[in-house]
Amino acid sequence: MATHPGVIVRTFSGLKKDPLGMTGFVLVSLILLFTVFAAWLAPYDPLEVDVYDRLSSPSAAHWLGTDQLGRDVLSRVLFGGQVALKVSLVAISASLSIGLVLGMMAGFGPRWLDRILVVSFDTVRSFPTIMFALAIIALTGPSLNTVIVVIILTSIPVYARVVRTQTQALRERDFILAERAMGASTLRILRDHVLPNIAAPLLILASMDVPSVVGMEAGLSFLGLGVSPPTPSWGSILNDGYSYLRNSPWPIIAGGLPLIAVTLGFTFFGESLRDIFDPKLRRKDQ
Amino acid sequence: MLTFIVRRALTSVFILVLAVSLLFGMIHMVPGDPASVMLGPKATPEVRAELVRRMGLDRPVIVQLGKFYAGLARGDLGVDPFSGRAVTDSVLEQLPYTLVLVLAAIGGASLLGIPLGCFSAIRRNSLLDRLTGAMSVAFIAIPSFVVALYLLLWLAVKWRWFPAMGAGEVGDYPDQLRHLVLPAIALGLGWVGYIARLVRSSMLEVMEENHIRTARAFGLPERTIVVHYALRIAILPTVTILGLGIGSLLSGALFAEIVFSRPGIGRLLYEAVATRNYPVVMGAVLVTTGFFVLCTLVSDIVNALLDPRLRERPRN
Repeated sequence: MATHPGVIVRTFSGLKKDPLGMTGFVLVSLILLFTVFAAWLAPYDPLEVDVYDRLSSPSAAHWLGTDQLGRDVLSRVLFGGQVALKVSLVAISASLSIGLVLGMMAGFGPRWLDRILVVSFDTVRSFPTIMFALAIIALTGPSLNTVIVVIILTSIPVYARVVRTQTQALRERDFILAERAMGASTLRILRDHVLPNIAAPLLILASMDVPSVVGMEAGLSFLGLGVSPPTPSWGSILNDGYSYLRNSPWPIIAGGLPLIAVTLGFTFFGESLRDIFDPKLRRKDQ
Repeated sequence: MLTFIVRRALTSVFILVLAVSLLFGMIHMVPGDPASVMLGPKATPEVRAELVRRMGLDRPVIVQLGKFYAGLARGDLGVDPFSGRAVTDSVLEQLPYTLVLVLAAIGGASLLGIPLGCFSAIRRNSLLDRLTGAMSVAFIAIPSFVVALYLLLWLAVKWRWFPAMGAGEVGDYPDQLRHLVLPAIALGLGWVGYIARLVRSSMLEVMEENHIRTARAFGLPERTIVVHYALRIAILPTVTILGLGIGSLLSGALFAEIVFSRPGIGRLLYEAVATRNYPVVMGAVLVTTGFFVLCTLVSDIVNALLDPRLRERPRN
C-alpha cells in the first residue's frame, strides 16, 4: 500500500485541507534542508574558536551571537542538526527493523514465544526511559553511540508491540488463512501479506517518534552525557548556554528553537499523515 | 475481580524483579569490575581491594544478588561506598522534594486542563477548542528541559519574578512555594493540553448519553448538567491517566531539578552517574522504577474497576 502511485498526490491533497499538517510539512522540509546543507549554509566552522569575541549578542557577523569560546552559534546550531538527524535516522531504523522482526515473531509464532517476548518488552518498558539511559551511561560512560544504543533498546518494545497487535489481528483474516491453505510458507506470508499491511501505521509511528528521539539525544547531551565536546549538538549548545546564562541568553534561545521546531514539525506532519493514510488509528475525538 | 488484581500485581512484581536483576547483571557485565571503574585508573591495588571487599564484589554474582534482595526486603538499599551513608537514607531524604514537584505539576496541569477540556467540549470547534487541540499535540512533545530553560531565562534571570535556584529555605513555606512555581510549570505544561484533550473526548461521549438528555428534559440549568452530571463521569478515564502521568513525571522531574538546581531524586541519580556511584544509581533507579510500576498497576486496577470489560482480557 505504501508504494502505489497515488501516495504523493494523496499526501498533498490531504495536507491542503489541514493547515497544521501543512505547517508541519514545511517545518520538517526546512529542518531537513538546513541540516543536509549545513556545511554550505553555515557561515563559520562550528569549532572555530575566537577568544576576542566571546558571548556576543547577535550582529551582522554572527546572526545568533557567539558562545563562551567565541564560536558562531548559528553554525553550531546548523551542524547540531546533523547530530540530531544522524541519531534519529540510525536509532529509528534500527529499532524499527528489530521491533518488526520481534513483533512478527510474537504475533505469528507459538504462544510460549509470544509470552517470553511480551514479558521482555514489558521489562524494558518498566524502566522510565531516562532512568534506563542514565543507568546504562553510568556503566559504559558517556558517548553518542551509547545514546543511540539506549534509544534503540527502549524503542524496540514500542514498535514490537504495535507490530505484534497488528500481526495478531491479521493472522486470522481470511486472505491469510487462504494463503496458508494454499501452502505458502510463514516467511512468505509475513513478507508478502503482513508487512505491506502494517507498513503504513509503522512508518507513521516512526515519523512521530522523531521528536522524542531528538529530545532524548538533546536531553542527554544537555546533561553532558551525550556527544563529547567540542561536537555541536542542540543539547550541548544548551548545556554551554546554561553555564553562561547570566552572560548571554543567546545560546539557550538558539539551541532551544530548533528543538521546538522539530517537535512541532514532526508531530503535526505525523498526525496529518496518520489522518490521511490510517484513519483507523485516529483518536475517536477528532 | 480479586483474581485480576492479584494476577496483575504479581505480573508487576515479576517484571520489577526481572528489571532489577537485569540492572544488577549489567553492572557486573561491564568490562572491568565496578570497583576499578569507580576509582579510576590511578587507584592502588590496596585501595581497590578494600573497595571490592566493602562492596562485597569478591563474592559470586548470585550471592551478591541474593544479598541485595535480602536487604531490599528489609528496606535496605546498601551503602554508599564513598560517603559510607545508607543509600536508603539518601533516597528518602531526596524523595519528598521530587514528590512535591510532581504533585504540583500534575495538580496545576489538571486545574487548568480539566476546565479547558470541559469548555472545548461544550463549545465545540470554537477558537479555544481548536487552540487546545493544536496545543495538546504540540506541548506534550516539547522536551521539558527546553521549557525549563526558557522559563529560567525569562522569568527568573531576566525579569526576576521567581528565584532561579534551589528549593527554598527549610520551614519557610511561602519561599518554598515560590521556588516550586517554575519547575512545576516546566514539568506540567505539556500535560495541560493532554488532560484537556482527554476530558474533552470523554465529555463529548457522556453528553450524548440518556441521563444527560433526561436532565435536560427536567429543565436543569446547563451548568448543573455539565458539572454534576457529565463531568463527574467524564473525569474518570482522566484520573487513571493521571496515575500514569505521576509515574512518568517522577523521572521527567530530573531535568527540572537540574535546570533549577533543586534537590530531588533525579539530581541524586545524576550526580551518582557522574561519579559512577553504583549503589546510589541502583537505589535511585530502583525507587523511581518501583514508583513507575506501582502507578501503572494502580491505574490499571482503577481502570478495571471502572470498566469491567478490561478484566476479561489480561493479554492486550
